[in-house]
Amino acid sequence: MTAILRTEKLRVEYRSREMRQQTKVALAGLDLEVGAGEVFGFLGPNGAGKTTTMNILLGFVPLTSGSASLFGIDVRQPIARQRIGYLPELTYYYKFLTAEELLRFYAKIFGLARHEADQRIAELLKLVELEHAAKRPIKSYSKGMQQRVGLAQSLINNPDLLILDEPTSGLDPLGRMKVREIIQRLKEQGKTVFFSSHELGEVETVCDRVAIVHQGELKAVGTVAEITAGHENLEKAFLKIVGVQNSPLP
Amino acid sequence: MNKIFALAGVVIKELYRRKDFYVLFVLTALLTLAAGAVNFFHDDKIVRYVKDICLLLIWVSALVISVVTTARQIPAEREARTIFPLLAKPVSRWHVIVGKFLGCWLATGVALVVFYFFFAAITGSKEQIWPWGAYLEAVWMHWVMLAIVIAMVLLGSIYFAAPSSTSTITIIVVGGVLLLGTHLNTIALQQPQPMQSILATVYFLMPHLEWYDLRDFVVYDMGLVPVRAVALATLYGAVWTAIFLLLAWFGFRRKSLNT
Repeated sequence: MTAILRTEKLRVEYRSREMRQQTKVALAGLDLEVGAGEVFGFLGPNGAGKTTTMNILLGFVPLTSGSASLFGIDVRQPIARQRIGYLPELTYYYKFLTAEELLRFYAKIFGLARHEADQRIAELLKLVELEHAAKRPIKSYSKGMQQRVGLAQSLINNPDLLILDEPTSGLDPLGRMKVREIIQRLKEQGKTVFFSSHELGEVETVCDRVAIVHQGELKAVGTVAEITAGHENLEKAFLKIVGVQNSPLP
Repeated sequence: MNKIFALAGVVIKELYRRKDFYVLFVLTALLTLAAGAVNFFHDDKIVRYVKDICLLLIWVSALVISVVTTARQIPAEREARTIFPLLAKPVSRWHVIVGKFLGCWLATGVALVVFYFFFAAITGSKEQIWPWGAYLEAVWMHWVMLAIVIAMVLLGSIYFAAPSSTSTITIIVVGGVLLLGTHLNTIALQQPQPMQSILATVYFLMPHLEWYDLRDFVVYDMGLVPVRAVALATLYGAVWTAIFLLLAWFGFRRKSLNT
């Protein structure tokens, strides 16, 4: 298995305002490897270090020590992101642009030739069912439509690795189904998908392997079958691993 | 370069989709038109006075457009969090700074060309003289000066939290340099030490924006500035612009993306 996403002893510390500028450890030596063609679920409770890991991989925050690479290139190099697509949890796009203009902008960023960009934009607008609204400003879109634009932009460069941050958060059942379909399709095409989610049922359905982080440390990694061995389902295994034995609710 | 041009394209698109740009533009055009329509064009002194007022209006409008547009670029990216999907692409923070600079500078350049063309059309139609060379030099020098200002605003927008703070401070600094720049060395000589040394240091260290003001050449028909002087001023402007952009990048490189 060729690792296309790798972190070694990844440590991230930052000064917390809440803690009167004391150092807070967000990640404490995370070792992670994701192989080509895998659908990899990245799980953990809130504050576990999932978003920090993604932020490191995407070059948003600096790492304190250790290393992180994509396709063997240090994540601090912008070129490491040439073959990835990223879908944030919420829609953060230029809302004065139309969907077509936004996709064209990102196509230019990736250096796609005009005819190639035209073809790719048409394909993606069809895929996310936004052809009818392609020339309308994004600010006039519903939340679901904006999420679909997000999905389209994450695929503009036909990425080999797709990083999804809570991809189905806030989506209606149809939207969730669409995202699952797309993940499935990418998997069939041999693409790698790395995603964080709190929807454990969904993770169980689509993932080849999962990792569970808690308090900045990797607690478990393996196939879904390996993680759930001896447990009723992934949710029970997850709760056991992060140290919650019983539900506080009756 | 395609990344920088793509970013600049978005800045220009945003600008022409915003209403405030048009309001300022139409206001300047109307005032220039009104000034030009006043039938005083038989008296040389009044003609010069009216031309001076029109050019001052163009300077103020261009400064406001460039400062206000630039000041909100980086803070808006961080506030709307559009910076995240952008930096998740193979785009560095240097590309963002230069792309924003180029977009604002090109947009301001278009506004300048329209303003000066309008001014030339009004005065030319009344006076029947068309000093295109002087206009071209005036526009070019004005545009180079705005490059320094735009880079300065970008630098300010990295360190000041609100675009309004950046705009206000920059307008005060630019206004101060334009008004005092030529006289500061003379004032310095009249001061006791150590004020003399301090003022002289400020004089030699500040960007001399007043060198780019060719309004008198246009108003008083003083002919053309030697090409060598324009080229040197352009080089001087490029150096200051590069210094401000590098400082802005240095600050932005370490800046947290969260607001």
